[in-house]
Amino acid sequence: MTDTKPVPVLEAKDIVAGYGEVDILHGVSVTVHSGEMVAIIGPNGAGKSTLLRTIFGLLDARGGQVRLKGEDITNRAPDQLVLCGLSYVPQVDNVFPSLTILENLEMGAFVRQDGLAERLDRVFSLFPDLTDRRGEKAGKLSGGQRQMLALGRALMLDPDVLLLDEPSASLSPKMVELIFDRINLINSEGTGILLVEQNANEALSACDRGYVLAMGENRLEGEAKSLLDNEEVGKLYLGT
Amino acid sequence: MSTYADRLRGNLRVFNEFVAGPGLWILITLLFTYAALFETQLFVIGLIVGSVLALGSIGLTLIYGVLRFGNFAHGDLMMMGAYVTFFLLNGTLLGQRRDTNIGVGLNDLPAGTERLGDLTFGYSFLIAVALSAVVLAVVCIGLDRLVYRPLRRRGSAIVTFAIASLGIAFSVRALLLIIWGPDPRTYVSGIHKAQHYPFDVVLKTDQVFIMVVAIVMAGLVYLLLFRTKLGKAMRAYSDNPDLALVSGINTDRVIFWTWVIGGSLMAIAGSLLALQANLKPELGFQLLLPLFAGAILGGLGKPQGALIGALVVGVAQEVSVAYISAGYKPAVAFLILILILLIRPRGLFGDAN
Ligand SMILES: Nc1ncnc2c1ncn2[C@@H]1O[C@H](COP(=O)(O)OP(=O)(O)OP(=O)(O)O)[C@@H](O)[C@H]1O
Ligand SMILES: [Mg+2]
Repeated sequence: MTDTKPVPVLEAKDIVAGYGEVDILHGVSVTVHSGEMVAIIGPNGAGKSTLLRTIFGLLDARGGQVRLKGEDITNRAPDQLVLCGLSYVPQVDNVFPSLTILENLEMGAFVRQDGLAERLDRVFSLFPDLTDRRGEKAGKLSGGQRQMLALGRALMLDPDVLLLDEPSASLSPKMVELIFDRINLINSEGTGILLVEQNANEALSACDRGYVLAMGENRLEGEAKSLLDNEEVGKLYLGT
Repeated sequence: MSTYADRLRGNLRVFNEFVAGPGLWILITLLFTYAALFETQLFVIGLIVGSVLALGSIGLTLIYGVLRFGNFAHGDLMMMGAYVTFFLLNGTLLGQRRDTNIGVGLNDLPAGTERLGDLTFGYSFLIAVALSAVVLAVVCIGLDRLVYRPLRRRGSAIVTFAIASLGIAFSVRALLLIIWGPDPRTYVSGIHKAQHYPFDVVLKTDQVFIMVVAIVMAGLVYLLLFRTKLGKAMRAYSDNPDLALVSGINTDRVIFWTWVIGGSLMAIAGSLLALQANLKPELGFQLLLPLFAGAILGGLGKPQGALIGALVVGVAQEVSVAYISAGYKPAVAFLILILILLIRPRGLFGDAN
């Protein structure tokens, strides 16, 4: 009703999901508005990765709903989702090690080949490090370069929303800074970002809004700045 | 004291790394050079045998790479391909002495059996092999739908897949036995004249044909895997199935084409083999050892490795005949298998870990 309210581009509502008999998520909701960068933080095993996997159709949602640009995409298969404008970078094993860098990026555009050259150009200009090594196998890359390639692969279809699972995990502080700088740039070019981080400080400083997840439930949410200043968050995750 | 032990241990590690890396390649180069110089005839025959094995090993390694299990039915399915070719040529079914013949076959095509140059067969053979490739591709896809896909959906362990393939191997062999009987079969009867080549090499033109076809097929597989979108997707899936799914690669399609390629190669390899050896149902099982030896030597999942591995196995087997009884050929393949598993389990082209 109020036209000042931003439009949600990705909306997950009351998601219930889990492995086997056990529910890990007990009704989690997150929203990403157009052009927004949103962080999900929370302790080990909170269900952050599980949430991303469920949104991306890798795990069945047993309850709740996922909407992308208003369209119901709950439990849709990944090869459909990439066509609808959603991309996902897993937490680990997020490149094809025996494929070259160029081939890795081509696989990112597997479902849609048009405009391949421009998209490749865009990725290479975002990550100049990859440009000269495009013929090399991804298995030879350093951790930071792998993460760049993983981001590049996910960008190959120019998604509306990018799901990132711990993009800064096990990287050097300098590399973390660079990766976040690139993610910010991608975001400023119009791609909505939903990222999961253990590194709450880094994530909240980079993002617009944040959610705190614990035991498969929403704990807190709000402006990233206010979460950074929040005492509870500070005590639980920022070690202050 | 401890420094001495450390140094010794260090030297030992350097030695092991040398044996496992460049040492293995040097060994293979030595084998090939020696065989080529001193046993030229056997060496060339070895290359021919090896190139047929290579088509089998490449299929085996592709299936392993994508589906992650050793297909124990590979040899028997190769034989099925060979028998299908036989049937298409002659229309013959059921045991030798009382053959039931459906009365038509590709050999009845006008001038179908007219020999192509020095080869023992006519164009009917080429058509039969092509059709057999289609049949085997369909059989493989059928087996996948019937057996392997349900196992995948259930998330079965790798061992279950391997055992299931062993069951298919036995069934296929029994089926061949029932349909075509135990007696040896040949595509073309009569004497095959051999040609003399430089360095005292004597070859039938069929054998040259076999090698050329095998090399061309291996080249086509290479082009497919490294130059086409589908091939790259197959390699991607083999690298990391989860990420392939995440990238939007249709995994059912990748598996489908893997069976199409694997099945076609089985039929071609089996038919080429039967061109110069007697066709018998139990041949498939005997093939299994050299096929696996070639694929493992090259590095499971690596088609270029399977090509080289199978050539090494072929040459080693044939050259051994100069020194030990031909009955030991399977033992040679077995020896290679054991050696590679001891020295470098990931094979020549396998990735570390
Ligand atoms: N494949 C699986 N099968 C069964 N349980 C799983 C599986 N993957 C994760 N879990 C369980 O689900 C819970 C949530 O895991 P999840 O990976 O979503 O947590 P996370 O918040 O991403 O943690 P981390 O910060 O360690 O990545 C954990 O208790 C974990 O043990
Ligand atoms: Mg996680």
